[in-house]
Amino acid sequence: MRALWGLAGIIAALVCSMAIAVAIEEGGRRSGFDFMTPETQALQADDMSNPGMLWVLQGEQLWQQAEGRAGVTCSGCHGDASQTMRGVATRYPAFDEATERPIDLAGRINSCRTRQQQAEPLAPESNALLALTTYVAHQSRGMPITPATDARLAPFRDNGRRLFQSRIGQLELSCASCHDGNWGKRLGGSVIPQAHPTGYPLYRLEWQTVGSLQRRLRNCMIGVRAEPFAFGAAELVDLELHLTERARGMLVETPAVRP
Amino acid sequence: MARALINVPKTVKRGEIVEVRAMIAHPMETGYRVGPNGSNIPRDIIRRFACTYGGEEVFWADLHPAVSANPFFAFTLVASTSGTIKFTWTDDVGKTQTASAEITVS
Repeated sequence: MRALWGLAGIIAALVCSMAIAVAIEEGGRRSGFDFMTPETQALQADDMSNPGMLWVLQGEQLWQQAEGRAGVTCSGCHGDASQTMRGVATRYPAFDEATERPIDLAGRINSCRTRQQQAEPLAPESNALLALTTYVAHQSRGMPITPATDARLAPFRDNGRRLFQSRIGQLELSCASCHDGNWGKRLGGSVIPQAHPTGYPLYRLEWQTVGSLQRRLRNCMIGVRAEPFAFGAAELVDLELHLTERARGMLVETPAVRP
Repeated sequence: MARALINVPKTVKRGEIVEVRAMIAHPMETGYRVGPNGSNIPRDIIRRFACTYGGEEVFWADLHPAVSANPFFAFTLVASTSGTIKFTWTDDVGKTQTASAEITVS
């Protein structure tokens, strides 16, 4: 009988530890880079081998290219990106006055395109949008993530945290179940990282291309067999907002390489 | 202009062995995948990669559908004379993309 009670106790403790995913302490935060093999780390560290640099290269070309009915280039207003765009990506998602909602970097580029250049917005995950986003974010490489402290962002950030902790899908898992509660363990063959968005847009060897944080989030949602939010959905931007707050102070790696 | 990253040392000593690296943005679509509408995505791969040094071909490779997207090559050359190192990528329909770099041998 005593043995049975002991067993019940162990099961209860196990269930509790699974239910409460404790947030990662600030000192214990690690970039996904630290969980990779030395070979993949070397791929990211060397700009001549990092395939993400191909998108940086394309972004640099697009930055100088006139678009839309206004016929202006990005550089026409913003000048030299290495000066003007330095540190910009560390503050995104930021509050957008026009829509009174947070907007991420790719969203800002598209809104600049439609309003200033009077061009058609670029499709989500299109090469051109990824290239421009990667190019802009690359200018902040090595700088700490410092999310905007705008008070108007607070309700959206709270919603992002709620989404991060909500169990979804047929597997009934939240983001926190894996990335707060079980990071460092394995899911199939891969190590579960802490989910800090330090290197987006990044080159995933699995994708064989550069992809956005939204693509990654949608992938995870499909993984837990939930219906993913559409690209550009308000919920995804709120999640991005929470994730950048969670990674405050970590260094930007764009373009990162991940397995 | 190809969307390619090439790495050739600018100045080297005569007889030195130099590493040359080249990577190009290319989907390397195998032709075996099915698109959202149910029809096959047409094959689109680079068939041949070649490198010439001062006009002479010094390295070439045939590529097949199993090669991943954005193929990366690294190989070594013996620096003999100053000149142009030119890279050519030829795809399925015979379209070529090129990139080149100058090397100075002292």
